[in-house]
Amino acid sequence: MSTPAEVSAEIEELVKMKKHSHPIMAVIVLFGGMFALLLAIGLSISFGAADIQLATVWTAVFHFNPDITQHQIIREIRLPRVLGAAMVGACFAVAGALMQGMTRNPLADSGLLGLNAGAAFMLALCFAFLPGLSYMYVIMYSFLGAGLGVGIVYGVGSMSRGGLTPMRLVLAGAAVSALLGALSEGVALYFRIGQDLAFWYAGGVSGTKWIHLQIMSPWIIAAMIGAVILSRSITLLSLGEEISIGLGQRTKTIKFFGMIIVLILAGAAVSVVGAVGFVGLIVPHLTRFLVGHDYRWIIPCSIVLGGLLVVLADLAARMINPPYETPIGALIALIGVPFFLYLARKGGKEL
Amino acid sequence: MKDKPIMTEGQQKTKARNLFVISILSLLIVVVFIISMNTGFIKLSPLEVLRTLFGFGTDKQQLILFEFRLPRIIISILVGMGLAVSGCILQGISRNALADPGILGINAGAGLAVMLFISFFPSTTATPVFLLPILAFAGAGITAIIIYTLAYKRHVGISPMRLLLTGVAVAAGISAAMIVLTLRLSPENYQFVATWLAGSIWGSNWKFVLSLLPWIVVLLPFVFSKARVLNVLNLGDLTATGLGASIEKERRVLLAAAVGLAGASVSVSGGIGFVGLIGPHLARQLVGSRHQFLLPAAALTGGLLVLIADTIGRWILQPSEIPAGIVVAVIGAPYFLYLLSRLKD
Repeated sequence: MSTPAEVSAEIEELVKMKKHSHPIMAVIVLFGGMFALLLAIGLSISFGAADIQLATVWTAVFHFNPDITQHQIIREIRLPRVLGAAMVGACFAVAGALMQGMTRNPLADSGLLGLNAGAAFMLALCFAFLPGLSYMYVIMYSFLGAGLGVGIVYGVGSMSRGGLTPMRLVLAGAAVSALLGALSEGVALYFRIGQDLAFWYAGGVSGTKWIHLQIMSPWIIAAMIGAVILSRSITLLSLGEEISIGLGQRTKTIKFFGMIIVLILAGAAVSVVGAVGFVGLIVPHLTRFLVGHDYRWIIPCSIVLGGLLVVLADLAARMINPPYETPIGALIALIGVPFFLYLARKGGKEL
Repeated sequence: MKDKPIMTEGQQKTKARNLFVISILSLLIVVVFIISMNTGFIKLSPLEVLRTLFGFGTDKQQLILFEFRLPRIIISILVGMGLAVSGCILQGISRNALADPGILGINAGAGLAVMLFISFFPSTTATPVFLLPILAFAGAGITAIIIYTLAYKRHVGISPMRLLLTGVAVAAGISAAMIVLTLRLSPENYQFVATWLAGSIWGSNWKFVLSLLPWIVVLLPFVFSKARVLNVLNLGDLTATGLGASIEKERRVLLAAAVGLAGASVSVSGGIGFVGLIGPHLARQLVGSRHQFLLPAAALTGGLLVLIADTIGRWILQPSEIPAGIVVAVIGAPYFLYLLSRLKD
């Protein structure tokens, strides 16, 4: 299929890629990140309206005693919340990493490309027309909505003259998000469910319950495993479609499964936390900077660092202005926007 | 430039046609105006509306018409005009078909300024409303400068796409800041801000008409007088310089006018997006791209658009109202996508 010259160019690319991956650094990031994540989770549990010692956190988790109020608080409120934050962060980050790798678009992020708005719109419809729907089905609709959002964005992008440039996708994403956001708002106003939906617009993990985590985790775990399995192929895709095909990859199949995984991850995350953007933009870039361009390292590290980012953001959200909570979506946007501008300025040459 | 250029017969024909289009648009505004007067929770027949307009209505009818509906209708038209002309200028000076004060983040900047003011001086009744457009202008101006600076690259200048992208990002940042601010508001102020953000014609009394009117009355004719400059700028920097227009200065003046129009409009209407995009585009389809006709036609299309959106919003789900901004977004976003897909860069 390819000429010797092309093959040697591919090999050169691969060698370059090898040079640009830092396995030792990746191991450090992975384990250091896990340690930091555990620490952040502990801190997040101990911090709140009722101050709880870290030691109490430990005993509540490992020697639970239902007679102690603090143990109850930890078990029923703080633990699901912080685990929810970690999960959601991991989901957004991996979804972003996959999208960036598959599309070679450095600006890809579930928030920017309309997935989050799509999922949120579907949730608004669920609240309006199917009140009392079990969370199991809510999450399914959320996947569908994410698919709807990204479907429109990519549809418009691919119908465009000049094809799917990163900038075009971002603009299409902004317009689709505006449209779906307006529709959700209209539904919310008409059915008077604005109060119920408000937390989704702002983005917050305070409402997370065990039942959410139970229903969500099988999906997320399956999707994460899928992402890890795909990671090698994603690395090759991120070098370019031709190289990937030249090395015998079935790029269509990989992209299909990759997109399904992205939809599951983003849909699940939005159903818990709302339309938080920029996590999927920031974390993969940061991870690539630290561990290089091999997605076999990027994806696990993104899981850890994404979780860490949202747990820390949630912690900060509660510390800034107690007893009020600052929406984490806003907090992350305040970091994400300058970062986005920086990437846009560079013109998106690097991935 | 006072002397009139000699027109060919073809140009005369276009001119006559364009004047016809503009008068049709004006007529449409009058028609929708009358329909809008009849629309609302309390039904008034067209005849009753006419009688009341000429001073023969009951006290209740007078109250509904003059204190509630009329100011709101006038504001809708003014806001639509302001936003559409602002978009028309931005598209002209940036030579970017997708430019719009909403997408460029200028509306968000104006909104933030208004909201900061409301959260620090919460008693809306005591607020001097004339201050709001000025504040919004300041907010919009600062945002415009930030976006321009961020999008500017040395040796390359401003690329239209990067300008838009920067605008999208800055708007995202500003809305994040706004969400943080809303949390500090009291429940009633929060309610107000929520509807405001959705793009509702909220300043529906005569005070707000008076606070917005001067901006439109001063800036629109000024911009119309610059139609030639916009035509020249539209040809591109090199040609424009060749033709002797001092482009940078003219561009800055026009940008300031665009910011002023958008800011003042947003201060009473909140986050109505896409009007600045659709208005000029529809106008261009109708009268072509010479700004002498394009600007007035855009103003009329924009006014018509917001008036229709607000009327639909009041009518479709009675007794609850849908903010005009939502109606416009539902029309505007698909249109934006359509334009995006046709654009080549």
